[in-house]
Amino acid sequence: MTASDVIIVGGGLHGLSGALHLARAGAKVTVLEGEFVGRHASGASAAGVRTLGRNTLEMPLAIQAMDMWHEISELVEDDCGFHAHGQLRVVETDAQIAAEAQRVSRLVDSGYSNEVIIGQDQIRQLVPGLNPKFIGGAYAADDGAADPHRTLIAFRATAIRAGVSIYEGAPVQAMKRDGENWTVQTKVGAFTAPKVVNAAGAWGARIAAMTGEIIPLSAKASMMMVTERLTETIRPVVSIVGRSLSFKQSSQGTLVLGGGIQGRYDLDSGRTAMDFHALAKGAAAAGELIPSVAGVRITRCWSGIEGKTEDLLPVICPGKAAGLFHIFGFSGHGFQLVPAAGAAIADMVITGVVPDVLLPFNADRLTTQGAVE
Amino acid sequence: MKTEHDILIVGAGPAGMAAAVQLTELGLSPLVIDEQAMPGGQIWRATEGHRTGAVQQALGPEYAEGTDRVARFRASGVDYMPGTRLWHLEPGFQVFMSRNEAAFSRRYRAVLLATGAQERPMPIPGWTLPGVMTVGAAQILLKTSAQIPDAPVWVAGSGPLPLLYMRQLLSLGGQIAGYLDTTPSGQAGRIIPHAMAALRGRADLFKGLKWLRQLRAAGVPWLRGVRDVRAIGQEKMEKLRYTTSDEVMHEVPASLLLLHEGVVPSIHATLAMNCDHDWSDTQGCFVPCTDDIGMTSVSGLYLAGDGAGIGGALAAEAKGRIAGLGIAEFLGHGSVSSHLRQARASLDQALASRPVIDALYPPADVEIPDETIVCRCEELTAGDIRAAAEQHRGGPNQIKAYTRCGMGPCQGRQCGYTVNRILSEEYNQSRSETGFFRIRPPLKPVTLGELAALEEGQKAP
Repeated sequence: MTASDVIIVGGGLHGLSGALHLARAGAKVTVLEGEFVGRHASGASAAGVRTLGRNTLEMPLAIQAMDMWHEISELVEDDCGFHAHGQLRVVETDAQIAAEAQRVSRLVDSGYSNEVIIGQDQIRQLVPGLNPKFIGGAYAADDGAADPHRTLIAFRATAIRAGVSIYEGAPVQAMKRDGENWTVQTKVGAFTAPKVVNAAGAWGARIAAMTGEIIPLSAKASMMMVTERLTETIRPVVSIVGRSLSFKQSSQGTLVLGGGIQGRYDLDSGRTAMDFHALAKGAAAAGELIPSVAGVRITRCWSGIEGKTEDLLPVICPGKAAGLFHIFGFSGHGFQLVPAAGAAIADMVITGVVPDVLLPFNADRLTTQGAVE
Repeated sequence: MKTEHDILIVGAGPAGMAAAVQLTELGLSPLVIDEQAMPGGQIWRATEGHRTGAVQQALGPEYAEGTDRVARFRASGVDYMPGTRLWHLEPGFQVFMSRNEAAFSRRYRAVLLATGAQERPMPIPGWTLPGVMTVGAAQILLKTSAQIPDAPVWVAGSGPLPLLYMRQLLSLGGQIAGYLDTTPSGQAGRIIPHAMAALRGRADLFKGLKWLRQLRAAGVPWLRGVRDVRAIGQEKMEKLRYTTSDEVMHEVPASLLLLHEGVVPSIHATLAMNCDHDWSDTQGCFVPCTDDIGMTSVSGLYLAGDGAGIGGALAAEAKGRIAGLGIAEFLGHGSVSSHLRQARASLDQALASRPVIDALYPPADVEIPDETIVCRCEELTAGDIRAAAEQHRGGPNQIKAYTRCGMGPCQGRQCGYTVNRILSEEYNQSRSETGFFRIRPPLKPVTLGELAALEEGQKAP
């Protein structure tokens, strides 16, 4: 039996970030990962660092996270491949630009200055080769993107340096609370700690169910395409209003195309499968955005399984059982929140008080059932 | 051509053609797709383009034989779509292909993969320099456009193909600077008679003696037990370095080096379909598991030819016929047992010499120095892979995520086995246990424009 202060179930980015912040605060932390670090949503992420168009309930946390991204090497001793080249959402019609302008003005009224509306000259300057039919867009200049694998390596390595023990190939089979301690049974043995953080992503509801708590959660498997390297440079991450496309160029020069087009998945095996008929729409949207990319070859497609809640907001809150905390269900846009969400959950685990930035993410909003025996 | 078929045959080499002819004879109508412009596969590549003349003669009788096979395939009237790439396969079977820069997808009840083999990558320091290529690639140039290198070529490696290529090159007036035979010493020298058999079958075992005489008569310098081969140069290959069996290191000016370390089954499609695979120690590669009629562990998905384990052209034809019969039975076209007995006898005959050949050409597994490029797409060295293994202790997929090794356009075809080998050495575990990359679609690059035009059931252009 291996004892620590906090057990984190799930070696994705949110689990690692929480582990790192907890360890820095002096806790002895064990991360239990069923397969290997970053195997699912974290490793398959498009790694967009985006406040653009984000749900306002997430904005307080996202603003904290953005400040941390701009100084990310302070946290993990690596820049994680983060570049603040901006995120841009382009529109085709006057009605769309008016709607975007209205949205941005509401943001400004709420005190957020992360987005501005820009016109055709500016969007064409930002995106060489842009289809002239796009007339303007919403732009968040401080947004950007990182490299998902570098980010994983950095969070993992920093967590280990901070004293975190990471067990890979250690799927959790059962959880039981005895007095002051949780005992977590895994394939590689039993672990014990007074506190457990459930950061199991798409499997978060299954972990919660092991403690008798039912949290409605579904899953998604957003598909990504990556192409051969391009000689041209397109700096911002670009999306199109009303279309499933997110278009960015990695620092390697390849195009990384996503946008939430859904593949198929199986939670039991952890496997995903592509839906090329759906992906064809993404390829068409990319060609519509920048016509010259139609001849670019796709070299690889993948997707990862991610937890999805009904309102697409994460679950970050204390569990129904004592000493249990949840952080999962980011619904496909959790990457940007990683540094701040980890800090916030560490704070909550240590103090037992839910920080203000996490108040919108209580699981009770999804259910009225609460604890079920 | 019909627009709907129950059976798809992928590849028009010896196995695919034989399966197609067999199925047609049974009254079934498969569709055959192939990436090349003409049928024949690798061994009989472009045979229709060389019906007569010097090239036909130089390529030898085993190549000429292809003309007859291709003619028989054409005469069968089977639906055949050249210039067509398979890039994704889903259970069921939904098959995604591209032709004339348009993607389309169709459904089939049975699929036969007759996609053959690829050369085993032979990573040596400098193998990415211009001037270094594989023997197989050089042979393609010979077959398709009768291209003969201007300068004398160095050939390094092992296996039957270098011998065949050298003989063909000499017949066309090419020059060979030398053959650096990396076959582990003790084996070298006894192998020539078997080389021919490896390509075509046992009947040709002693025809190989003629090759030996031809190569000797041409005065090809033949250095045995060579190791530590390196191509050296800045912008292109300038020098060749190697160590002979007497432990003497040699360095000579050289501009062209051809490498070959045998062939391995193409397994990307079967890996992507989650078929079971076994590690073959004798051939040093993963081989998809098939039953005695060529069906993989996925019902309705068949395999024939070198893709089902290296056996050469005659074995490939026999396996193609057997798979064709198996598919006919699978689709409910009655008993085919008498045909099957015949085809199995041909297969046994073609494979009789195989154990000997495998024993004579053991996978060389030459040492891979740290500075050797392993992943050509992402320019990662053996040292990079070893460092990542040291740090992360992960399997091929983790190492891929950490280093980008295998993420490029070749989909790990160039680095997969090298990574497998380095990790198995680093972790002191078997090659089988170490495993291979998880294969992500598309199996072959497809453009955004092609994919955007994807239409279900679209008539092939």
